[in-house]
Amino acid sequence: MNKLKTILITVVGIMITSYAVARDQIKIVGSSTVYPYTTVVAERFGKQGKFKTPVVESTGTGGGFKSFCGGVGVQHPDMTGASRAIKKDEAELCIKNGVTEIIELPIGNDGLTFAHSVKGKDANFTTAQLWKAIAHDVVVDGKLVKNPYKNWNEIDKSLPAAKIEILVAPPTSGTRDAWDELVMGKGCDPEFMKLTDKKNCTKYREDGAVIEAGENDTLIVQKLSSTPNAFGYFGYSYLVANKDKIKAAKINGIAPSVEGIQKYTYPVARPLFLYAKKAHANVIPGFKEFLAEFTGKTAVGATGYLFKVGLVPNSKETEDKVREIATKLVAMKN
Amino acid sequence: MNNKAKEILLKKRYRAEKRFRFFGISSIILALSFLCILLVNIFTNGLSAFSRTEILLKVNFNEKKIGININSTDKEIKQANFDEILQEALLNLAPNVPELKQAELIDLVSIDATIELKKFYLKNKDVLNKTSEVALTLSDDIDQVHKGNFPRDIPEDRRRFSDFQLKIYDEQIAQKKIISEFNWPFLFNADSREPEIAGVGASLMGSFFTLIVCLLLSFPLGILAAIYLEEFAPKNKITEIIEVNVNNLAAVPSIVFGLLGLGVFLNYFYLPRSTPLVGGLVLALMTLPRIIIPCRAALKAVPPSIREGALALGASKVQTVMHNVVPLAMPGTLSGTIIGLSQALGETAPLLLIGMVAFINVVPSTPFDPSAVLPVQVYLWSESAERGFVEKTSATIIILIFFLAFMNSFAIYLRNKFEKRWS
Repeated sequence: MNKLKTILITVVGIMITSYAVARDQIKIVGSSTVYPYTTVVAERFGKQGKFKTPVVESTGTGGGFKSFCGGVGVQHPDMTGASRAIKKDEAELCIKNGVTEIIELPIGNDGLTFAHSVKGKDANFTTAQLWKAIAHDVVVDGKLVKNPYKNWNEIDKSLPAAKIEILVAPPTSGTRDAWDELVMGKGCDPEFMKLTDKKNCTKYREDGAVIEAGENDTLIVQKLSSTPNAFGYFGYSYLVANKDKIKAAKINGIAPSVEGIQKYTYPVARPLFLYAKKAHANVIPGFKEFLAEFTGKTAVGATGYLFKVGLVPNSKETEDKVREIATKLVAMKN
Repeated sequence: MNNKAKEILLKKRYRAEKRFRFFGISSIILALSFLCILLVNIFTNGLSAFSRTEILLKVNFNEKKIGININSTDKEIKQANFDEILQEALLNLAPNVPELKQAELIDLVSIDATIELKKFYLKNKDVLNKTSEVALTLSDDIDQVHKGNFPRDIPEDRRRFSDFQLKIYDEQIAQKKIISEFNWPFLFNADSREPEIAGVGASLMGSFFTLIVCLLLSFPLGILAAIYLEEFAPKNKITEIIEVNVNNLAAVPSIVFGLLGLGVFLNYFYLPRSTPLVGGLVLALMTLPRIIIPCRAALKAVPPSIREGALALGASKVQTVMHNVVPLAMPGTLSGTIIGLSQALGETAPLLLIGMVAFINVVPSTPFDPSAVLPVQVYLWSESAERGFVEKTSATIIILIFFLAFMNSFAIYLRNKFEKRWS
């Protein structure tokens, strides 16, 4: 019985000390789009041997902000990745919980590619055509009707006479948010907006031409490579990693390229962010050094290792600016 | 009824039986073929992950370039920089190439190659100032070509590697300098963003710790609850409500337990996030009803004559239960527990909410270190863009299936070996 008691006491003791002691490891949450880049930096940072490798969780942009803005203190994460800028209500939540000084780092850019199998013919779509192919309702002869288009050439004669088949991300995904904003929003028929609410622009058709393929982009790539007529959208890094199987269609005549995404001439590009809590800078060991590594010359830029995993770098000017924010820990203005 | 009518009726009944058998057999065949497709798919994708591709590289261990000498301690060697001699060795594969191509040469090996070089030197210190052949892990892109997972006969701009890299690779193949070995690091390394050095070691340990915490908590609690409810509790409204609730809890979606864990263990008790401790606690809550139910069924299956016999001989209620009933119910209880644990082993959803879906680069040594578990590793790798993770995902599934099969067959073994038949 005595033995049992000592074991119990030690277990409880370890439990108490383990969370009473300050954390010596950076904790990062946030977007699954930013996750591959954050983890690469975290791994290299840990390999240098000066600090522990940060723990990076993949929670999604919204979930990331929710725990990031939970408060100041070791039980809350230090940084969060985001595939969009922080929203007003999220910033308010942060302030409410005492997270007043936030460092915002635009770490690079991502382009959404509209891709298909390499076996298919090269394609070129306008955002208006893409909207017509995906939307639930469209305007025909001044009237609002359920999307009647079964083949691409019914939308525009210049398009191929192939069946419309598009694999899309589920509504919970940040990729879909970006696509809805940049393609469905901008490509939305002006007449459609006159007839109904603007919100309906992002409603997808449900007659089988648009297929929800789940969060897993690798799976979408596999499906695309086996069905030559199907299209799907996902981040640029998936295109880079699977160039042997898939290729991107042009959008508004522009093919996705590093330069196009960086300068936003490619229509479906978006910035990626890392948000950090300034209040933790002097509490968590390695905090400043990690931000310096993330924005440092070995990581970002055209020769950096982040470029190799598919992060489209910032322009030289932005790159220097971001590095300055990171080293001086400049908090964003509320 | 004449004979003819009887015969027709008889034939009809035989036909009905044949039809029934046919449907039964075809449903089994259908289920088996689905299983076969799944297994064949996973094994064809995953088996290649168990081998790794290495290059035998001639490296000159020049003491000046490394910055060490024969008297250097292990600590000094660990901090020394082996990058220069590695680069030199790689550039020797094709001397006098322009700078751009030099970068391609250096990219041939994994980023962990310098660490491998260091380890080699620590084991063979006599190679100082000599040239020695060292096996170094090749980068993921070349590894995938070697395994035939990435086609090489396509235009250069659609490949992940250049014509120049391919030329060097072919030269080395011809000289028999490219070798395949069993991928031990895959079983021992932690997760990495470089597919060629990523391993399941950390998530194996994470799964192990999580299950231990889960077992330590849910097994005694579950058995005590089941014994009390079955043997001691009075049969009234309250115990009926408890019984209904236990059965309901077993059917609650697992993500609900994750939410509970987030709310109670993380936000209220401030237990450390992403740790097997919290994972085990959450999974214990989930497993508890799944242990109580089979345990009660096992206790129920013990015939009343055993209890009556013990009581007749003057044993107290506790003695009866502890000395006679529980030992006889143990096989059923244990197999129920193991099956409950194997369900917990395959769980991801509740762990998402307590922060275990995370990139962990270090193998955990206690249940208080941040950690991932096997099914989470499958999920994370299946999301990764790099080609090398496709085989890694399937290989992790193979390991997971292996453990599940092992645990379940152990449960069946226990049941068959110790179960008593009352006839």
